[in-house]
Amino acid sequence: MTRTFLGMPATAPPGVGHLRGDEPFPAAARRALADPQLRRNLGHATGTIRGKSAAVIDEVPDWPQLRAAGAAIKADVMARLPDLLVQLEAAVTAAGGVVHWAPDAVEANRIVTGLVAATGADRVIKVKSMVTQEIGLNEALSAAGITPVETDLAELIVQLGEDRPSHILVPAIHRNRAEIREIFLRAMPGVDPGLTDEPAALAAAARRYLRQTFLSTPVAVSGANFAVAETGTLAVVESEGNGRMCLTLPRTLITVMGVEKVIPTWRDLEVFLQLLPRASTGERMNPYTSMWTGVTPGDGPQEFHLVLLDNGRSAVLADPVGRPALHCIRCSACLNVCPVYERTGGHAYGSVYPGPIGAVLSPQLTGVADNASLPYASTLCGACYDACPVMIDIPSILVHLRAEAPHPRAESTAMAAAAYTMDHPTLYAAAQRAARLSRLAGQRGRGLPPPLSGWTASRDLPDPPAQTFREWWAAR
Amino acid sequence: MRIALFVTCLADTVFPQAAKATVRLLERLGHEVVFPAGQTCCGQMHVNTGYPGEAVPLVRRYARTFDPYDVVVAPSGSCVGSVRHQHAWVARRAGDERLASRAESVAARTYELSELLVDVLGVTDVGAYFPHRVTYHPTCHSLRSLRVGDRPARLLRAVRGLTLVELPAAEQCCGFGGTFAVKNADTSTAMLADKMRHVLSTGAEVCTAGDVSCLMHIGGGLSRLRAGVRTVHLAEILASTEEAV
Amino acid sequence: MNGRDVVLSRLRAAVSADGPAGRVPRDYRRERPVDLDRLVERLTDYRARVHRVPEAAVADTVAGLLPPGATVVVPPGLPPAWLPPTVAALPDDGLDVARIAAADGVVTAAAVGVADTGTVVLDGSPDQGRRILTLLPDLHICVLRAAQVVAGVPEALARLTPRRPLTWISGPSATSDIELDRVEGVHGPRVLHVILLP
Ligand code: SF4
Repeated sequence: MTRTFLGMPATAPPGVGHLRGDEPFPAAARRALADPQLRRNLGHATGTIRGKSAAVIDEVPDWPQLRAAGAAIKADVMARLPDLLVQLEAAVTAAGGVVHWAPDAVEANRIVTGLVAATGADRVIKVKSMVTQEIGLNEALSAAGITPVETDLAELIVQLGEDRPSHILVPAIHRNRAEIREIFLRAMPGVDPGLTDEPAALAAAARRYLRQTFLSTPVAVSGANFAVAETGTLAVVESEGNGRMCLTLPRTLITVMGVEKVIPTWRDLEVFLQLLPRASTGERMNPYTSMWTGVTPGDGPQEFHLVLLDNGRSAVLADPVGRPALHCIRCSACLNVCPVYERTGGHAYGSVYPGPIGAVLSPQLTGVADNASLPYASTLCGACYDACPVMIDIPSILVHLRAEAPHPRAESTAMAAAAYTMDHPTLYAAAQRAARLSRLAGQRGRGLPPPLSGWTASRDLPDPPAQTFREWWAAR
Repeated sequence: MRIALFVTCLADTVFPQAAKATVRLLERLGHEVVFPAGQTCCGQMHVNTGYPGEAVPLVRRYARTFDPYDVVVAPSGSCVGSVRHQHAWVARRAGDERLASRAESVAARTYELSELLVDVLGVTDVGAYFPHRVTYHPTCHSLRSLRVGDRPARLLRAVRGLTLVELPAAEQCCGFGGTFAVKNADTSTAMLADKMRHVLSTGAEVCTAGDVSCLMHIGGGLSRLRAGVRTVHLAEILASTEEAV
Repeated sequence: MNGRDVVLSRLRAAVSADGPAGRVPRDYRRERPVDLDRLVERLTDYRARVHRVPEAAVADTVAGLLPPGATVVVPPGLPPAWLPPTVAALPDDGLDVARIAAADGVVTAAAVGVADTGTVVLDGSPDQGRRILTLLPDLHICVLRAAQVVAGVPEALARLTPRRPLTWISGPSATSDIELDRVEGVHGPRVLHVILLP
């Protein structure tokens, strides 16, 4: 990047973090589809959460009004993002916090690593945050000799299993209780060998394992669900209490947040705190929500740093059609209703952001060319749009990104030819006749050339009709 | 009423019985059906595959062809969805504001079959007879893009002789998704397998829908399985009468 | 350019073509009447145990929840009458982490209760204390007055002060990480009692 372009919207740099997969979606999906245990686990888990979420949303008669308010607040945030961030910075600073600005993952990792190193700590406790996974913070900390300890149960399952997260909210959604028990027995130091696969027993094992680490680690790293520009207040929404531990016990707290998480006013929380838990875990309210403003003398961390991260968000913001992807509150409802996600799981998406939101967010953060198969990882069935608590029209963004994606040469040629034919009714009628002849000559419904062969591998095409409709109409 | 038929390229070429049935049904109900010459395709395949620029002439052709008519019907939820939710966007993206507003005007007069019958013509009992056990797949675009709601079910319930059986997980996509079935054939196949399992679990003889494309997809899968369940377009059921059986 | 200038100028460039922002519609429910029974039902649904007693009976209720001799962390401003003589009180005069963690329970007041969601909110006032007090002991007894209960989240936020450290608690610590099933008891207190006063 040259100095001239420093101030222009930019995508996330390659070579750092986890926004790009190693292979295209269809190839990764094929492997996942071949794993029947994975499909059962995903089907069971997403089915459970869909049912719970629908039930608690049903209790709220003003759900449509809340969604509309949430969407409007987020649209307003995006339009005023620079000013709101400056306001947030002033409020956090006034309350005793220190604000840092990171143009990309490399910078954010450098800032956080430097802050931890300055405390002299060689270990940090972490509360689950998508954004620190996005930037690859754990790798950066490890490289600097600092051990990051994930404290969220699902993250712990992933870390101990030497696995990758596959869901925004429940990173170990692809594991069932029996598999989790095996991972704990294998990798958790000091675990009771008589451990059962009862969820309560597994949770208790994690409690015992992490307790001492919580009490003795002087630095924590968190993400944030919301940051209120007006007051400088940050909010973290969680279930287990590991968030409270990280936000309360250490001397130093470092929060990394994407710039889009800011909201204008305290009052705006009334919308999102109603939308998020019901859409996300299917609870009326998650067990714990912590809110803090800067530093409170005598209570909690006495040193607070807030790192504001761009890493491609400015590029998303600059695209008026793609911009609503930044409205996401990471509830994961779109994953849970997605028929593609339910069958492939999250790993197939390559990026830390899987499912429908990942398919629109990752390619925008990296530039579409670096995630070119993701906009096509959807049937455009629209279930995600209906489920999204902030009404992000994901199908429309997918269609928009497909237009931006690089296209295979043969496909472009075929599409141009098809469009030309379709715009010339005489040619079109001739093409219909030609198609019928070639189909009649070949074996019914089989033997189409690639890539159409992918379609006929498991389905028959219907018998070719003796007459097209327009021939029938003309003969009437 | 004078109703213009937009046959859609897929029904025209591969599934003409759905379009013919639409004509028979509307004429039986006392309406005049016209088939404007010059119509071809709504351009959805181009738009959804990432070629909105190539779709501009098709959007223009659609607007020009159907602008003279007060009411347009198509036997396809997804093509109507494209006309309603994509055409103006395609035109605006190409910087053609005049085409965009013309497209919006024609889109407002374009209906999917069940919408036309229930909302415009005000009928739910079309006098049909179809003595079979039928299950209805509410196709994603009819369900979520057009929000046709229970209109097709109301029409089906009024058909004499017909037993309507509920499809489990009806609202889940069948896995077609146009180019999705080609680019992500494995995932598409997995989705289709679940849809077929649900269809077979109903014990229905007939699976119906308002979209030719999804029916072709599901029908293709059932045929490969030799499952003995037929796929029949909603229009065909509504066009069936006692005399014609 | 420093990081701040880079980020801000990128974002400014990205929104430079924006028109004025739209109005936010706020026609969702606000300022509704309070239903105490709903609060009880929803607290109970998420496995908090609720005791509706008059204020004079708080100490007896607490005594019934803890074995004789149990150690109980006590925030500095807690009404002394709420504590039974049967327990050993540990007043928070800067208690160290180990002593808080080793305690059998903690008794606090609350700032707000939310009926719709079955939530109690603590705001660090003297009768609630530092956040750590309600985090490490395995049992939390929270005394809530009816007048502190509001119907929903909007009403709750309107009563709270953003500058205070706030903890919203809805049932005991739980996780949905195993097969998306809610199970109680991970890192926070595994038992939550709410004593609801008239
Ligand atoms: S896109 Fe919407 S539904 Fe999906 S995670 Fe974000 S907020 Fe939730």
